[in-house]
Amino acid sequence: MLKISNLHASVEDTQILKGINLDVAAGEVHAIMGPNGSGKSTLAQVLAGHEAYEVTEGSVSYEDKDLLEMSPEDRAREGLFLAFQYPVEIPGVNTAYFLRTGLNEILKARGQEEMDAIDFLQLIREKLKLVEMDESFLKRSVNEGFSGGEKKRHEVLQMAVLEPRLAVLDETDSGLDIDALKVVAEGVNQLRAPNRSTVIVTHYQRLLDYIVPDYVHVLIHGRIVRSGGKELALKLEEQGYDWIREEVAEQTVGA
Amino acid sequence: MPEPSSQAAPLSDTEVLEEFAQREYKEGFVTDVETDSAPPGLNEETIAFISAKKQEPEWLLEWRLKAYRQWLTMEDPTAQKASQRWAMVQYPEIDYQAISYFSAPKKALNSLDEVDPEILETYNKLGIPLQEQMMLAGVAVDAVFDSVSVATTFKDKLAELGIIFCSFTEAVHNHPDLVQKYLGSVVPTNDNYFAALNCAVFTDGSFVYIPPGVRCPMELSTYFRINAANTGQFERTLVVADEGAYVSYLEGCTAPMRDENQLHAAVVELVALGDAQIKYSTIQNWYPGNAEGVGGIYNFVTKRGACRGDRSKISWTQVETGSAITWKYPSCILQGDDSVGEFYSVAVTSGKQQADTGTKMIHLGKNTKSTIISKGISAVEGQNTYRGAVQIMKKATDSRNFTQCDSMLIGDQCGAHTFPYITVRNASSTVEHEASTSKIGEDQIFYCNQRGLSTEDAVSMIVNGFCKEVLAELPMEFAVEATKLLGISLEGSVG
Repeated sequence: MLKISNLHASVEDTQILKGINLDVAAGEVHAIMGPNGSGKSTLAQVLAGHEAYEVTEGSVSYEDKDLLEMSPEDRAREGLFLAFQYPVEIPGVNTAYFLRTGLNEILKARGQEEMDAIDFLQLIREKLKLVEMDESFLKRSVNEGFSGGEKKRHEVLQMAVLEPRLAVLDETDSGLDIDALKVVAEGVNQLRAPNRSTVIVTHYQRLLDYIVPDYVHVLIHGRIVRSGGKELALKLEEQGYDWIREEVAEQTVGA
Repeated sequence: MPEPSSQAAPLSDTEVLEEFAQREYKEGFVTDVETDSAPPGLNEETIAFISAKKQEPEWLLEWRLKAYRQWLTMEDPTAQKASQRWAMVQYPEIDYQAISYFSAPKKALNSLDEVDPEILETYNKLGIPLQEQMMLAGVAVDAVFDSVSVATTFKDKLAELGIIFCSFTEAVHNHPDLVQKYLGSVVPTNDNYFAALNCAVFTDGSFVYIPPGVRCPMELSTYFRINAANTGQFERTLVVADEGAYVSYLEGCTAPMRDENQLHAAVVELVALGDAQIKYSTIQNWYPGNAEGVGGIYNFVTKRGACRGDRSKISWTQVETGSAITWKYPSCILQGDDSVGEFYSVAVTSGKQQADTGTKMIHLGKNTKSTIISKGISAVEGQNTYRGAVQIMKKATDSRNFTQCDSMLIGDQCGAHTFPYITVRNASSTVEHEASTSKIGEDQIFYCNQRGLSTEDAVSMIVNGFCKEVLAELPMEFAVEATKLLGISLEGSVG
């Protein structure tokens, strides 16, 4: 599904990613954890194609295509979805209209028929239940005046509607209370399927209580320094990142 | 920087007058009515020639000449030093003697193949039917095509209701009393330099009269579109809604129109008597010039409406996307008690375009109310200025104004400026002013991209969201076209 090899990326001449290697097979859920400033969000943005980040080395293949060669919209149309850490406000643009426009672009790319407003309303009503949101929300402008929790639910709602094959969740748990966290996790779990993969970028372990990952990777200073199962996340929760930092430092000195 | 003029230094007013007085009957100049055009240049004989060609009554010729003489004494704002200008626009000085003020209709093209492919592409993007494309582009079309017969049907229907809707020239001949009564009653001949010039040399335009108590049953648009291709550079529009009448008038067209005239100085006057309502919507998409800004239209327009009767209402809605320079302030004089003035505007400046636009709301009657919603969008190197005046006079007690000016910037080479002038002369009135400036962020576009939208669609969506309140004021069919047009106008301005 996704194969990241030796990925280096920089923003404004500052090297952030320094050789990421990661394989995500279909149906898997991977969690990427790490302290602040380790490059987690950069990795998410690079995968989605944000032009502020320059890839200086390495490659990313997605479903056997060169992901880095694709425009951000083509990546989206090919089933890559990024749930933003900071969803952007678009004043005056109706939420339902925004989402239907995106969905239709993706349906078009898949060679499927576009959805009219009536069919879309039916679909979105179901999905709204999933994230426990009220229908009145559709009439508001995209993310404008949304609370932090509403913005995150909106991201999950969009994901549920667009049905991506690869979902990247960038700190979707940050700033959520426990109820909202459960709703978001439930939304993600519902989408788990053998043909879909999820990459969860997070600082804290608590989201992983609700979305159980197949693999956990620790990202420090732009490199994945440890990979393991769910137990690695629990150890990080208990002991923090310092022990890994020390081990990494020793290795570096020893090398 | 104004380009150096090939002319000598501008003449003073006295010099102009002297030169004018001494000018001989120039060779090649003919007042022969059989001839179809006048050579370039402006003097009293040119005006007499225009008036004679149009077989105008004596009073109208006198009116034109009065305006011309006033014009001669006025200062040309284009000749002022940039530092003395009040408007935020820059342009080379205009040579008024190089303009031909009356010419025969342009030679029609033989087919669409002769039209600039870029213009055709825009027509197609806007979804304009082929026959309308030909008309807009100035291609000779068969006289009996559908729209013409539709227009005739409209005209019959309007006539049944006593509504007069015709070219200005026809109105002068068939309804001289109405024309004489209202012409210049809102915009006086000496109002400003370009209005005075228009009064002196206007060649045609539109006239609308809605009789008392009549609600015009259709948007006056489809018919107008057909005539639009032939309107001149000095266009004159007069709309009168008698007691209790209602009319919605649509001017302009989303399609870029072929025009060789660089200077456009139109005058629009609206008169609403007691309980009457006029809704005037404009979409302006004249040629903005090439990427360097060369060849674009100068759109210097005077538009003003008088709410003359109690409880009358005038509403201006404009979507301005074209022209190299747009300079216009559709205004309302709220004379009647309880009268209402509204101004809803979207102005887009991209490339090297400049727009200095806004409104004036003059509150004279008691309990009068005005609303101003202005949305300025600047992209590439566009310069966009909102300039508005709200004046609440002493007798206009309990009056209210609400103003909202929002600017959006796309890129970092463009500019947005806001100049509100507010005067309140009584204690019982209230004025509210809100302003904001935002930037289309790369992050907004990226967010849309990530949901599958192309950058062009994203910009179009963001801009249309920004302009929502104004677009909502446009009649339905116009709103759909305006939405498309906003997207097209900003194509290529991002990324």
